[in-house]
Amino acid sequence: MQTLAVWKFASCDGCQLSLLDCEDDLLLLADRVQIANFLEASSATVGGPYDISIVEGSITTPHDAERIREVRASSRTLITIGACATSGGIQALRNFADVEDFTRIVYASPDYISTLAMSTPISAHVRVDFELNGCPIDKRQLLEVIGAHLAGRRPHVRAHSVCVECKRRGTVCVMVAHGTPCLGPVTHAGCGAICPSYDRGCYGCYGPMESPNTVSLSAQMAALGTEDVDLVRVYRTFNAAAAPFREASEAREGGQRA
Amino acid sequence: MSDASEMPTGPHGEQGLRTRVIRTDYLARVEGEGAMYVKLDGRDVVEVKLRIYEPPRFFEALLRGRAFTEAPDITARICGICPVAYQMSAVRAMEDACDVVIDEGPLRDLRRLIYCGEWIESHSLHVYMLHAPDFLGYAGAVEMARDHGEIVEQGLQMKKAGNALMALVGGREVHPINVRVGGFYRAPTGAELRTLVDPLERARETALATVRWVAELDFPDVRRARELVALRDPGEDYPIDRGAIVSDAGLDIAPAQFDEHVVEEHVEHSNALHARIRERGTYLTGPLARYALSCAQLRPLAAEAARAAGLGPVCENPFQSIVVRSVELVQACDEALAIIERYEQPDAPAVQVTPRRAVGHGATEAPRGLLYHRYEIDDDGAILDARIVPPTSQNQLAIEEDLRAVVEDALDLPDEKLSLRCEQAIRNHDPCISCATHFLKLTVDRG
Repeated sequence: MQTLAVWKFASCDGCQLSLLDCEDDLLLLADRVQIANFLEASSATVGGPYDISIVEGSITTPHDAERIREVRASSRTLITIGACATSGGIQALRNFADVEDFTRIVYASPDYISTLAMSTPISAHVRVDFELNGCPIDKRQLLEVIGAHLAGRRPHVRAHSVCVECKRRGTVCVMVAHGTPCLGPVTHAGCGAICPSYDRGCYGCYGPMESPNTVSLSAQMAALGTEDVDLVRVYRTFNAAAAPFREASEAREGGQRA
Repeated sequence: MSDASEMPTGPHGEQGLRTRVIRTDYLARVEGEGAMYVKLDGRDVVEVKLRIYEPPRFFEALLRGRAFTEAPDITARICGICPVAYQMSAVRAMEDACDVVIDEGPLRDLRRLIYCGEWIESHSLHVYMLHAPDFLGYAGAVEMARDHGEIVEQGLQMKKAGNALMALVGGREVHPINVRVGGFYRAPTGAELRTLVDPLERARETALATVRWVAELDFPDVRRARELVALRDPGEDYPIDRGAIVSDAGLDIAPAQFDEHVVEEHVEHSNALHARIRERGTYLTGPLARYALSCAQLRPLAAEAARAAGLGPVCENPFQSIVVRSVELVQACDEALAIIERYEQPDAPAVQVTPRRAVGHGATEAPRGLLYHRYEIDDDGAILDARIVPPTSQNQLAIEEDLRAVVEDALDLPDEKLSLRCEQAIRNHDPCISCATHFLKLTVDRG
C-alpha cells in the first residue's frame, strides 16, 4: 500500500483540516493508502520514505527551511496545498514591510523570535510535484489530486479563471451587472465561484490564474470607483506574494487616498 | 536538532539517577505544533511546559493599515478550525467601534446559526477524532474506526452536518466568505435553510447518543478548582455571540474592560505569555466554564442530557470536558433547528456601518473558549492597532497546572503511560496552537 504523509509549516491548519472534512471519503481513503504521518489526526507515525507528501504552510524560519529539505528527501511525490504553501500566504505581507517592525509590534521581546524576513512558498526551497491553490483549498480538489497521484495520472485541476466557474453555474456577473469590484477574471478557478453566488466580488483567495491580465482588471475596477489604496489591498491578501498579484499591487502603490 | 530528531517521535522518557523527563516533541491530535516537557527531580515536579514552536505569523502587525472591513476575512486565517469565531469577534469589535449593535432579529440569528455550525463541526472533530481515541486507547480516529466503525462514522456524519450548516450560511466550511461587518453579503432564503433540517435532526439524535456514550467512558477521578471565565448572555441564550465576561469568582465586566482585568505575564518556566486575572491568577475558559456559568440557560433537551449523564451544576474534572462538549453539541444542534424554524429572510443582508475614529472591543465564545479582539480605527476605517487574545493563550496556564497535577497524581506510572496521560490532559482543553502562536512570545531552541 502506498504511504501518505501530511506536513505542516506556517499556516492556520485549515487546509489539512480539509482532509478531515472529507467525511464521506476519509475512511475510504484510509483503506486505500497508509496514512503514515498526519499528526493532527493520529499519534501513530511511520518513518519515511513516503510515496506522497502533502505539505501545508509557508517557510518563515531558518529551521523550517531545513525541515522542508528533509521532507523533500523522504518523499517520492511532494504536493503543496493552500495559499501559504503555494505563495507564502497572508504572512507574506511581511515581505512588503520590515519584519523587525512586525516583530516589535507583536512581541515584547523581539530577540526571542527566530524568523525570516520573507515568507516564501515551498517551491522557493525544493522541487514541488504539484501545487493545489486556495485559501483554503477545496476538499474535492484535494481528493482528486490525491486520487490521481495514487493512480499515477495527472489531476484534473484547471488553471482558468473564476469567471469560467461563474458562467458554468449560471451566476450573473457581479461586476457587469452590479458594478461590484471582483478579482474573478484574474483568479485561479477551483473554489466553484462561491463569492459571486453570495453577491460578493471574488477576493482572489485562490491566487493568480494561468494568464492574468491584472492591468486591464485594475483599470476597470478603478473606473468603477476603486481607489488605488484599495486596489493595493485587494491584491495583497492571501496570495500577496504571488508574482502577478504582487506586481499588480506595486503598480498601484503610492496612489492617493480619497 | 539533528536530522533524526526532526522526524516525529512518539512519547518517550529519559531516566537519570534522580532526574526524570517526560516529553513529547510533536503533540498529536491538537491543532498546530506544540510540544510537552515535564521534568522531575526524584518525586518533585520541577518543570512543566506546554511548548509552542509554531512559527509566528504577525497578525496584529499585518492588520495595521488594512480596512476595518477586511478584519473578518484576514483574522479568520489565524485558525482554520475556528474561523467563524475570529470573524464574529472581529465584526462585533468593528461594529462596537462604529456604534452599531446587531443584537436581535434575523441577522443576529444568522450569526448564531453559523456559529452553531462551527461548534458542531469543531466539537464533533474533537470528541470523536481527537479526544475519544485517548479514552479507548487508539492513536487516532482512523485506527479507532477499524474496531468501532459505526461510532466513528456517526461522529463524522454529525461533523458533516455542522460543515453543511457553515457552507450554506457562510459559503464554505473553512474560511467562510459570507460574513461581513454589519451582517452578511447575502442572507439565505428560508427554503435554503430548511434543507438543513433533516441532517441537523439526525445530528441532534447523534449528539444525544454521544452524550450517553461519552458519559460511560472511564475518567480519572480528579477535581481541579480554578476560576472559570465565560461570556454571560444578557438574554435567555447560552453564551456564544455577546454578553459580559463573567466568572465564578465574581468577575463581571464588559468586553471593553478586558485589558483592565486580564494581564499577560512572563513566567519563569516558559517563554510564552500567560494570561491571568489581575486580582487572582489562573483561569480557564471553554466548555467547562460556559457550562458552570450558564448551564441554567441550556435548552431543555441539552439540560436533560446533562442531567442524565450525571453532570452537576459544575464539572471540575477536565477529563470530563468531553461530556460537556457533547452536551454543547446537543445545544448547538437544537438551537440551530430552532433558529431555522423561526427564520424569516431579512429585508437587507447587512446594516450600514460607517467608520469613525474609535476603539472597539469584541468577545465571543470560540468552541475552545473566549476570544477577544480590540481594534483602533481611524476616520477612513483604516486599522491603527489590533489586539487579539485567543482562548488557548488564556488557558495555557491552566493546562500547565493540569499537567503538573496529572504527573503528581501518577508518578508511579511508567514513562510511556504517564506521557500519554499528560497528552490527554492537554487535549482535555482542545488547545489550538495555530491560534495561540501569533500572540505568544516564544523561544525556538534550535539546539
